[in-house]
Amino acid sequence: MANEHELQVQQKREVDKKPESTTPARRYLPVTDIFETQDALKVILEMPGVDKDGIEVRVENDVLTIDGQVDFSKYQGLSPVYTEYNVGNYARSFQLSSEIDQDRISADLQDGVITLVLPKAEKAKPRRIKVG
Amino acid sequence: MMPSFSDPFEALFSLQRALDAHLASDWMGARTTAMGSYPPINIFQKGDDFVAVIELPGVDKADLQLEAKENTIRVSGRKAIDYGDGASMHRRERVSGVFDRTISVPIEIDPDGIQAEYRDGVLALFIPRAESQKPRTIKIK
Repeated sequence: MANEHELQVQQKREVDKKPESTTPARRYLPVTDIFETQDALKVILEMPGVDKDGIEVRVENDVLTIDGQVDFSKYQGLSPVYTEYNVGNYARSFQLSSEIDQDRISADLQDGVITLVLPKAEKAKPRRIKVG
Repeated sequence: MMPSFSDPFEALFSLQRALDAHLASDWMGARTTAMGSYPPINIFQKGDDFVAVIELPGVDKADLQLEAKENTIRVSGRKAIDYGDGASMHRRERVSGVFDRTISVPIEIDPDGIQAEYRDGVLALFIPRAESQKPRTIKIK
Protein backbone atom coordinates (compact mmCIF):
# COMPACT_ATOMS: atom_id res chain seq x y z
CA MET A 1 0.00 0.00 0.00
CA ALA A 2 3.07 2.22 0.40
CA ASN A 3 3.48 3.18 -3.25
CA GLU A 4 -0.13 3.51 -4.23
CA HIS A 5 -2.07 6.54 -3.23
CA GLU A 6 -5.52 6.57 -1.73
CA LEU A 7 -8.44 7.06 -4.05
CA GLN A 8 -10.51 10.22 -3.86
CA VAL A 9 -14.19 10.39 -4.70
CA GLN A 10 -14.97 11.92 -8.10
CA GLN A 11 -18.39 13.56 -8.20
CA LYS A 12 -20.39 12.90 -11.34
CA ARG A 13 -20.68 15.74 -13.81
CA GLU A 14 -23.85 16.31 -15.75
CA VAL A 15 -23.85 16.50 -19.52
CA ASP A 16 -23.70 20.25 -20.28
CA LYS A 17 -24.58 20.87 -23.87
CA LYS A 18 -27.71 18.82 -23.88
CA PRO A 19 -29.66 18.10 -27.01
CA GLU A 20 -33.32 17.99 -26.03
CA SER A 21 -34.31 14.55 -24.89
CA THR A 22 -37.73 13.01 -24.70
CA THR A 23 -37.47 11.93 -21.06
CA PRO A 24 -36.82 14.29 -18.12
CA ALA A 25 -33.89 12.45 -16.58
CA ARG A 26 -30.37 13.71 -15.87
CA ARG A 27 -27.50 12.28 -17.85
CA TYR A 28 -23.94 12.11 -16.70
CA LEU A 29 -20.56 12.35 -18.35
CA PRO A 30 -18.57 9.15 -18.04
CA VAL A 31 -15.06 9.76 -16.71
CA THR A 32 -12.78 9.33 -19.70
CA ASP A 33 -9.14 8.79 -20.57
CA ILE A 34 -7.99 9.27 -24.14
CA PHE A 35 -4.56 8.36 -25.31
CA GLU A 36 -2.78 7.73 -28.54
CA THR A 37 -0.42 4.98 -29.53
CA GLN A 38 1.47 4.46 -32.75
CA ASP A 39 -1.43 2.76 -34.49
CA ALA A 40 -4.58 3.78 -32.73
CA LEU A 41 -6.49 6.17 -30.55
CA LYS A 42 -7.80 4.60 -27.37
CA VAL A 43 -10.80 5.97 -25.51
CA ILE A 44 -11.57 4.52 -22.08
CA LEU A 45 -14.83 5.44 -20.34
CA GLU A 46 -16.10 4.50 -16.92
CA MET A 47 -19.79 3.64 -16.96
CA PRO A 48 -20.63 1.55 -13.89
CA GLY A 49 -23.90 -0.32 -14.19
CA VAL A 50 -23.82 -0.46 -17.99
CA ASP A 51 -23.61 -3.88 -19.63
CA LYS A 52 -22.93 -4.61 -23.27
CA ASP A 53 -26.59 -4.39 -24.23
CA GLY A 54 -26.70 -0.86 -22.91
CA ILE A 55 -23.84 0.60 -24.93
CA GLU A 56 -24.07 2.40 -28.26
CA VAL A 57 -20.99 3.76 -30.02
CA ARG A 58 -21.11 5.68 -33.28
CA VAL A 59 -18.88 7.91 -35.39
CA GLU A 60 -20.51 10.52 -37.62
CA ASN A 61 -18.73 13.42 -39.30
CA ASP A 62 -15.60 12.80 -37.22
CA VAL A 63 -17.58 12.98 -33.99
CA LEU A 64 -17.40 9.93 -31.76
CA THR A 65 -20.52 9.50 -29.59
CA ILE A 66 -20.90 7.00 -26.77
CA ASP A 67 -24.23 6.37 -25.03
CA GLY A 68 -24.56 4.06 -22.04
CA GLN A 69 -27.87 2.94 -20.59
CA VAL A 70 -28.12 1.68 -17.04
CA ASP A 71 -30.64 -0.97 -16.09
CA PHE A 72 -32.77 0.78 -13.47
CA SER A 73 -35.22 -2.05 -12.95
CA LYS A 74 -33.04 -3.33 -10.13
CA TYR A 75 -33.94 -0.21 -8.14
CA GLN A 76 -37.61 -1.20 -8.09
CA GLY A 77 -38.76 -1.81 -4.55
CA LEU A 78 -35.73 -0.04 -3.11
CA SER A 79 -36.28 3.10 -1.09
CA PRO A 80 -33.22 5.34 -0.50
CA VAL A 81 -32.23 6.10 3.11
CA TYR A 82 -28.72 7.47 2.65
CA THR A 83 -27.05 8.46 -0.59
CA GLU A 84 -23.71 9.83 -1.69
CA TYR A 85 -24.02 9.70 -5.46
CA ASN A 86 -26.71 9.86 -8.07
CA VAL A 87 -27.31 7.54 -11.02
CA GLY A 88 -28.28 8.12 -14.60
CA ASN A 89 -27.53 7.17 -18.15
CA TYR A 90 -24.22 8.25 -19.63
CA ALA A 91 -23.48 10.21 -22.78
CA ARG A 92 -20.37 11.82 -24.17
CA SER A 93 -19.06 12.95 -27.57
CA PHE A 94 -15.60 13.74 -28.84
CA GLN A 95 -14.34 15.42 -31.95
CA LEU A 96 -11.79 13.05 -33.44
CA SER A 97 -8.43 14.58 -34.21
CA SER A 98 -6.97 11.98 -36.51
CA GLU A 99 -8.47 10.13 -39.41
CA ILE A 100 -9.89 6.94 -38.01
CA ASP A 101 -10.51 3.76 -39.92
CA GLN A 102 -14.14 3.58 -38.87
CA ASP A 103 -14.70 0.03 -40.04
CA ARG A 104 -12.13 -1.30 -37.64
CA ILE A 105 -13.29 0.34 -34.42
CA SER A 106 -13.45 -2.22 -31.64
CA ALA A 107 -14.89 -2.06 -28.13
CA ASP A 108 -14.29 -4.08 -25.01
CA LEU A 109 -16.37 -3.86 -21.85
CA GLN A 110 -15.12 -5.03 -18.46
CA ASP A 111 -16.39 -4.15 -14.96
CA GLY A 112 -18.27 -1.11 -16.20
CA VAL A 113 -15.28 0.25 -18.14
CA ILE A 114 -15.46 0.40 -21.90
CA THR A 115 -12.26 0.54 -23.95
CA LEU A 116 -12.61 1.73 -27.52
CA VAL A 117 -9.78 1.16 -29.93
CA LEU A 118 -9.96 3.45 -32.94
CA PRO A 119 -7.28 2.39 -35.40
CA LYS A 120 -5.72 5.21 -37.33
CA ALA A 121 -6.14 5.23 -41.08
CA GLU A 122 -2.85 4.69 -42.87
CA LYS A 123 -2.41 8.29 -43.92
CA ALA A 124 -2.95 9.50 -40.37
CA LYS A 125 -0.06 7.60 -38.91
CA PRO A 126 2.61 9.96 -37.64
CA ARG A 127 5.57 10.59 -39.85
CA ARG A 128 8.76 11.34 -38.10
CA ILE A 129 10.04 14.82 -38.85
CA LYS A 130 13.75 14.98 -39.33
CA VAL A 131 15.48 17.73 -37.43
CA GLY A 132 18.26 19.05 -39.64
CA MET B 1 -40.86 7.01 1.33
CA MET B 2 -41.24 5.01 -1.85
CA PRO B 3 -40.68 6.91 -5.09
CA SER B 4 -43.60 6.24 -7.35
CA PHE B 5 -42.86 4.45 -10.58
CA SER B 6 -46.32 4.67 -12.03
CA ASP B 7 -45.28 6.77 -15.03
CA PRO B 8 -42.44 4.97 -16.82
CA PHE B 9 -41.11 8.20 -18.37
CA GLU B 10 -40.91 9.85 -14.99
CA ALA B 11 -39.57 6.77 -13.24
CA LEU B 12 -35.90 7.49 -13.75
CA PHE B 13 -36.25 11.15 -12.86
CA SER B 14 -38.20 10.23 -9.71
CA LEU B 15 -35.40 7.91 -8.69
CA GLN B 16 -32.83 10.66 -9.30
CA ARG B 17 -34.82 13.13 -7.22
CA ALA B 18 -35.23 10.58 -4.42
CA LEU B 19 -31.48 9.97 -4.43
CA ASP B 20 -30.87 13.74 -4.24
CA ALA B 21 -33.30 14.07 -1.36
CA HIS B 22 -31.30 11.62 0.72
CA LEU B 23 -27.86 12.99 -0.15
CA ALA B 24 -25.76 12.84 3.03
CA SER B 25 -28.90 12.27 5.06
CA ASP B 26 -28.46 11.81 8.78
CA TRP B 27 -29.59 8.20 8.70
CA MET B 28 -26.16 7.13 9.92
CA GLY B 29 -26.68 9.19 13.05
CA ALA B 30 -23.86 10.12 15.38
CA ARG B 31 -21.44 7.45 14.26
CA THR B 32 -17.79 7.75 13.48
CA THR B 33 -18.33 7.03 9.79
CA ALA B 34 -19.35 9.72 7.30
CA MET B 35 -19.12 10.50 3.62
CA GLY B 36 -16.15 11.71 1.62
CA SER B 37 -14.21 8.53 1.42
CA TYR B 38 -13.90 6.36 -1.68
CA PRO B 39 -16.01 4.47 -2.79
CA PRO B 40 -19.28 6.40 -2.63
CA ILE B 41 -22.11 4.29 -1.19
CA ASN B 42 -25.88 4.46 -1.52
CA ILE B 43 -28.03 2.66 1.02
CA PHE B 44 -31.60 1.59 0.34
CA GLN B 45 -34.29 -0.03 2.39
CA LYS B 46 -36.07 -3.04 0.95
CA GLY B 47 -38.83 -4.18 3.24
CA ASP B 48 -37.15 -4.90 6.57
CA ASP B 49 -33.71 -5.35 5.07
CA PHE B 50 -31.16 -3.07 3.48
CA VAL B 51 -29.28 -2.93 0.22
CA ALA B 52 -26.01 -1.03 -0.23
CA VAL B 53 -25.03 -0.16 -3.79
CA ILE B 54 -21.44 0.87 -4.41
CA GLU B 55 -19.89 1.99 -7.71
CA LEU B 56 -16.43 0.60 -8.39
CA PRO B 57 -15.85 0.86 -12.14
CA GLY B 58 -12.70 -0.86 -13.32
CA VAL B 59 -12.09 -2.74 -10.08
CA ASP B 60 -11.42 -6.42 -10.64
CA LYS B 61 -13.33 -8.78 -8.37
CA ALA B 62 -10.00 -10.30 -7.36
CA ASP B 63 -8.88 -6.88 -6.09
CA LEU B 64 -11.94 -6.39 -3.90
CA GLN B 65 -12.32 -7.48 -0.27
CA LEU B 66 -15.40 -7.34 1.94
CA GLU B 67 -15.61 -7.89 5.66
CA ALA B 68 -18.51 -7.60 8.06
CA LYS B 69 -18.78 -7.72 11.82
CA GLU B 70 -21.55 -6.70 14.20
CA ASN B 71 -22.93 -3.68 12.41
CA THR B 72 -19.91 -2.53 10.42
CA ILE B 73 -19.01 -3.36 6.85
CA ARG B 74 -15.58 -2.87 5.39
CA VAL B 75 -14.91 -2.53 1.65
CA SER B 76 -11.30 -2.44 0.53
CA GLY B 77 -9.20 -3.05 -2.53
CA ARG B 78 -7.46 -1.37 -5.38
CA LYS B 79 -8.38 0.11 -8.69
CA ALA B 80 -5.63 -0.35 -11.24
CA ILE B 81 -5.15 1.45 -14.52
CA ASP B 82 -2.64 0.30 -17.08
CA TYR B 83 -2.07 2.31 -20.22
CA GLY B 84 0.56 0.10 -21.74
CA ASP B 85 3.77 1.31 -23.33
CA GLY B 86 4.05 4.13 -25.81
CA ALA B 87 0.83 5.83 -24.84
CA SER B 88 0.62 9.57 -25.26
CA MET B 89 -2.17 11.12 -23.24
CA HIS B 90 -4.80 13.40 -24.77
CA ARG B 91 -7.10 13.43 -21.76
CA ARG B 92 -6.75 12.04 -18.25
CA GLU B 93 -9.76 11.95 -15.92
CA ARG B 94 -9.72 8.48 -14.42
CA VAL B 95 -8.06 7.90 -11.09
CA SER B 96 -6.46 4.79 -9.72
CA GLY B 97 -5.27 3.82 -6.30
CA VAL B 98 -6.23 1.94 -3.18
CA PHE B 99 -9.28 2.25 -0.98
CA ASP B 100 -10.33 0.95 2.39
CA ARG B 101 -13.61 2.19 3.78
CA THR B 102 -15.67 1.12 6.77
CA ILE B 103 -19.28 2.06 7.31
CA SER B 104 -21.28 1.40 10.42
CA VAL B 105 -25.01 1.14 10.04
CA PRO B 106 -27.38 2.31 12.77
CA ILE B 107 -29.43 -0.89 12.79
CA GLU B 108 -28.73 -4.37 14.06
CA ILE B 109 -27.82 -6.55 11.10
CA ASP B 110 -27.08 -10.21 10.60
CA PRO B 111 -23.48 -10.19 9.28
CA ASP B 112 -23.59 -13.87 8.42
CA GLY B 113 -26.53 -13.28 6.14
CA ILE B 114 -24.92 -10.57 4.00
CA GLN B 115 -24.81 -11.42 0.31
CA ALA B 116 -22.67 -9.59 -2.20
CA GLU B 117 -23.06 -9.37 -5.95
CA TYR B 118 -20.59 -7.60 -8.20
CA ARG B 119 -21.40 -6.87 -11.82
CA ASP B 120 -20.37 -4.24 -14.37
CA GLY B 121 -18.49 -2.21 -11.79
CA VAL B 122 -21.38 -2.10 -9.32
CA LEU B 123 -21.26 -3.92 -5.99
CA ALA B 124 -24.62 -4.66 -4.37
CA LEU B 125 -24.73 -5.83 -0.77
CA PHE B 126 -27.91 -7.39 0.58
CA ILE B 127 -27.89 -6.73 4.29
CA PRO B 128 -30.53 -8.55 6.30
CA ARG B 129 -31.80 -7.00 9.49
CA ALA B 130 -31.10 -9.08 12.60
CA GLU B 131 -33.99 -11.39 13.41
CA SER B 132 -34.26 -9.97 16.90
CA GLN B 133 -34.92 -6.52 15.42
CA LYS B 134 -37.71 -7.47 13.06
CA PRO B 135 -41.08 -6.26 14.25
CA ARG B 136 -43.39 -9.01 15.41
CA THR B 137 -47.10 -8.60 15.07
CA ILE B 138 -48.98 -8.81 18.31
CA LYS B 139 -52.38 -10.41 18.36
CA ILE B 140 -55.05 -8.51 20.20
CA LYS B 141 -57.41 -10.81 22.00
